[in-house]
Amino acid sequence: MVRTTVIRKNRYLDSVFLMQVARRIAGQPGLRDASALMATEANRKVLASLGYGDGGRDADFATAGPNDLVLAIEGEAAAVAAIAADADAWLARGSGAASMAAREPRTIPEAVAGRPDCTLAVISVPGEHAAREARLALEAGLHVFLFSSNVSVEDELALKTEARRRGLLVMGPDCGTAYLGGAGIGFANAVRPGSIGIIGPSGTGMQEFACLVHRFGAGISHGIGTGSRDLSDAIGGISTMMGLDALEADPATRLIAVISKPPGEATTARLWERLRRCAKPVVLCLLGAEPGAIEAPGASPLAGAEGTIHVAATLDEAVCLALEELGLPGSAQLRPDGEALRRQAAFATGQLAPEQRHIRGLFAGGTLCYQSQAIFRRAGLAVCSNAPLSGMRQLPDPWVSLGDSFVDLGAGLFVEGRPHPMIDASLRRERLEQEGQDPSVAVLLLDFILGAMSSGDPVGGLLEAILGAQHAAIRKGGRLCVVASVCGTEDDPQGLQNQTRALEEAGVLVFPSHALAAAFCVEVMLQLRNRKEVH
Amino acid sequence: MPTKVENLLQQRPVFLIVGVRGFGESLRDAGHQVVFLDWSPPAGGDPKLAALLDDLL
Repeated sequence: MVRTTVIRKNRYLDSVFLMQVARRIAGQPGLRDASALMATEANRKVLASLGYGDGGRDADFATAGPNDLVLAIEGEAAAVAAIAADADAWLARGSGAASMAAREPRTIPEAVAGRPDCTLAVISVPGEHAAREARLALEAGLHVFLFSSNVSVEDELALKTEARRRGLLVMGPDCGTAYLGGAGIGFANAVRPGSIGIIGPSGTGMQEFACLVHRFGAGISHGIGTGSRDLSDAIGGISTMMGLDALEADPATRLIAVISKPPGEATTARLWERLRRCAKPVVLCLLGAEPGAIEAPGASPLAGAEGTIHVAATLDEAVCLALEELGLPGSAQLRPDGEALRRQAAFATGQLAPEQRHIRGLFAGGTLCYQSQAIFRRAGLAVCSNAPLSGMRQLPDPWVSLGDSFVDLGAGLFVEGRPHPMIDASLRRERLEQEGQDPSVAVLLLDFILGAMSSGDPVGGLLEAILGAQHAAIRKGGRLCVVASVCGTEDDPQGLQNQTRALEEAGVLVFPSHALAAAFCVEVMLQLRNRKEVH
Repeated sequence: MPTKVENLLQQRPVFLIVGVRGFGESLRDAGHQVVFLDWSPPAGGDPKLAALLDDLL
């Protein structure tokens, strides 16, 4: 077996396309592994640790940068040499070649000059270039969906201020999902059209809410992403307020759900003032708000001047309140049955070995990681996280879990120059294998996110690693309690039932929502704590 | 008169894809109008140089 790298200076291809190239190459006879990545420092570090570029000492490899592309190939010498010699053909756009037949525009002004009917720019370039492209889009009169992360607060404020001046909407940065005019943008699920409009900071919170609404027979009018910092005092809720105005005027929207982390102090007051003026009922889901902090300053949260304002602490509560407000039945399944959870948790806990005492949450969805921490905190349980909720501990090294840990694997650090874990399971698979070797792990908490942009088989990408971790625990005389939820609908390409069944057949406990999965984990951890105290 | 954001909700958007082509491919497959940009980092990948050039042009 040999390893080689091919560097292409100043050649940019997006991370999802590069993942597809790598998979095609790795499937060739005589090859064992292949990666195609932009040579960011993080990616070079990973490749060097695998022995590529002479362990990082090769001069061309070591001096490659984020604008250079690296193809790393491992396999039999002849097969590796053949791919390396033909690297440019492999990096050609393949199935996308047809769309390249007519030359595509190279800049936003050029594109809009050729297609003045464009209305929305979907921007997902590396963070350092994102603000520039968003500004060019606004100058060309386009609304912006900004998927890119690593955009500074100063740039975000400047973009949103300029957008508001022009009457345009900036969704993002770090915006994963939106539903507009019948289109699901980014990581969106196939949900039915309906009367609930959503405003949410990022992606998975909106996805989970929309899928649960769909599952109980209702639908979504529009979903407006705002970016995770929009309701901070630094930004002041510019996109949220513009979204509220538009949904209030939208004839298809009967109820507005606002999903958010707790806003900044000054923005909280402005948000309440705006919500009280809203003519439509509002469900405000404030994930991770401290108990008592979700009261409206100086007014009852339930007394909107015109419409009604309901306040929820979890996505499930928000779904139940929205359905009840619209007079739709059927959400009882989302209310946790404490006694049933306790019985189920007692059964799972009884199978654990004495040294198994920790929970490890490995999340593709940032909002689900955040919500799980909020549910744990409400029960008086603490975890470490790379994206800690207030009161939780910062994980010192995001690459290594410590005690009870919840890791958001979609955080900027993990996705720099590589596809999001919802698209590419490899990073989460490696981390899961790592957790599976730790004899102190009792519970694994996972989320699986379906949708058009997600991996074709999110569960399949982790199944072998789950089974491996379970067998490792059995060999040590215990059991691994693997807990999950699947965010999706039957109309998503992966199919909700298929994915759920595959997990259940592997012995995974699958809950109808991620809040319920987290509530179950709370029960297990409380019982484990009692077990420790008894012993 | 409806605002530009209200119009965005009422009309089928025409998307300009800047970056990951997959975002546009899933929209195109769902029947939406999509324009792709053949994007590469401006000014050889130097954002500061790109900003300077933007100011000059």
